[in-house]
Amino acid sequence: MSNVRVLVGTRKGAFILTSDGKRQKWDVSGPYFGGWEIYHVKASPADPNRLYASQSSGWFGQTVQRSKDGGKTWEPVGNKFVYDGTPGTHKWYDGTPHPWEFKRVWHFEPSLSDPDTVYAGIEDAAIFRTTDGGATWQELPGLRGHGTGPHWQPGAGGMCLHTILLDPANPGRMYIAISAAGAFRSDDAGQTWKPINRGLRSEYIPDPDAEVGHCVHRIAMHRSRPNTLFMQKHWDVMRTDNAGDSWQNVNGNLPTENGAPDSRRGFGFVIDVNTNEPETIYVVPIKSDSEHFPHNGSLRVYRSRTGGNEWEPLTKGLPQSNCYVNILRDAMAVDSLDQCGVYFGTTGGQVYASADAGDTWSPIVHDLPAVLSVEVQTLS
Amino acid sequence: MIRVWLPAHLRTLAKAGTEVEVEVNGSVTVNSVLNAVEARYPMLQGTLRDHVTKQRRPYIRFFACEQDFSLDSPDTPLPEAVASGKEPFMIVGAIAGG
Repeated sequence: MSNVRVLVGTRKGAFILTSDGKRQKWDVSGPYFGGWEIYHVKASPADPNRLYASQSSGWFGQTVQRSKDGGKTWEPVGNKFVYDGTPGTHKWYDGTPHPWEFKRVWHFEPSLSDPDTVYAGIEDAAIFRTTDGGATWQELPGLRGHGTGPHWQPGAGGMCLHTILLDPANPGRMYIAISAAGAFRSDDAGQTWKPINRGLRSEYIPDPDAEVGHCVHRIAMHRSRPNTLFMQKHWDVMRTDNAGDSWQNVNGNLPTENGAPDSRRGFGFVIDVNTNEPETIYVVPIKSDSEHFPHNGSLRVYRSRTGGNEWEPLTKGLPQSNCYVNILRDAMAVDSLDQCGVYFGTTGGQVYASADAGDTWSPIVHDLPAVLSVEVQTLS
Repeated sequence: MIRVWLPAHLRTLAKAGTEVEVEVNGSVTVNSVLNAVEARYPMLQGTLRDHVTKQRRPYIRFFACEQDFSLDSPDTPLPEAVASGKEPFMIVGAIAGG
């Protein structure tokens, strides 16, 4: 029988939750790196025992931890992230030029084929790569250097590169997303990039249809259809079926604030795709960008079995009153068992799991520090 | 031998005790002590000062002999009591945060 391992990053350490394929009883280990912010922990698809963790602190900066035994033991590896060449400037919140400054790693994306190759999405937004298991990191400068970089501005959470997707059918193709610049695609393994934001509409920027400046919160892909992407934007859930060349709004009947216009429907951070059904997607609507908690204190995952537009709220096992947590952008994941398991973590320290594709939910743990990220491994 | 105190989180990261000892050849300064600490514990590179500019991280302070050397030139000689090992060079994480 398969086992499931859930990798949880929190404000005060990492936790590893394990279960068998039934996903009813869980063992909890941790905290690892107690007291440190763990923005992300992710395993290599090529070697499930190889894990990478982003460990950071306001006092001591960034470190990177690597495990070769599935998280039992860890060793610090390289933490030197230096921008290629002269970093230049991007726009600050007030529109003035601001030098690029490394702050932290938000996201690791290990190569699909080589456990020593990992991509890192950092703040201030850039993409780095290691090919020696994390000992050294080099920027892929074509992203910041493609032309629009000086016009990027941070969102409220900082100017973070938070999403990296690798196309399993095309080794040269990858996607990234930046708050608040937008989505970008490379077709040559990260050497050159172009913005892919046509169809996004953001009323909070001077030109709502601008080439860059959109606050993309998360992008998800089903590995069988890598040209179809689903996006949770600041407002709006979007999809593309042509690898990002154009996007369509699929908010449909997602909830909105009472009386608010359609342009304020569909706020949230996370989005993911059912492993077994490429048109089944999940989001967790959040009331607004100024409140950052669920509508009416009711925590609801919304599922669409039609790739968007038609959504159903999933509530069984989730708190339906007095719930004011948030679910951050890297804090939802799916396993690859026959009945797809769906997992998400909250800023209130709960990690919820559904072993039946979202029909029912229960907390694996409910008193962790605020959850920053959730990843899942299905182990044979 | 120079005695160096590390903050708790960096002791854990370096798998070291509260106090570590390093050898410094030549003038004993903040820079030369940190160079020796980073050489012995490479995982601490970047946690005390910037990898490239060598600027002290904002929430890190350097104390010795009841004095704060954080804002002095990092090439200023430290007191003889530190150089002789009588007093420790203290690397302190600021009291801040939650």
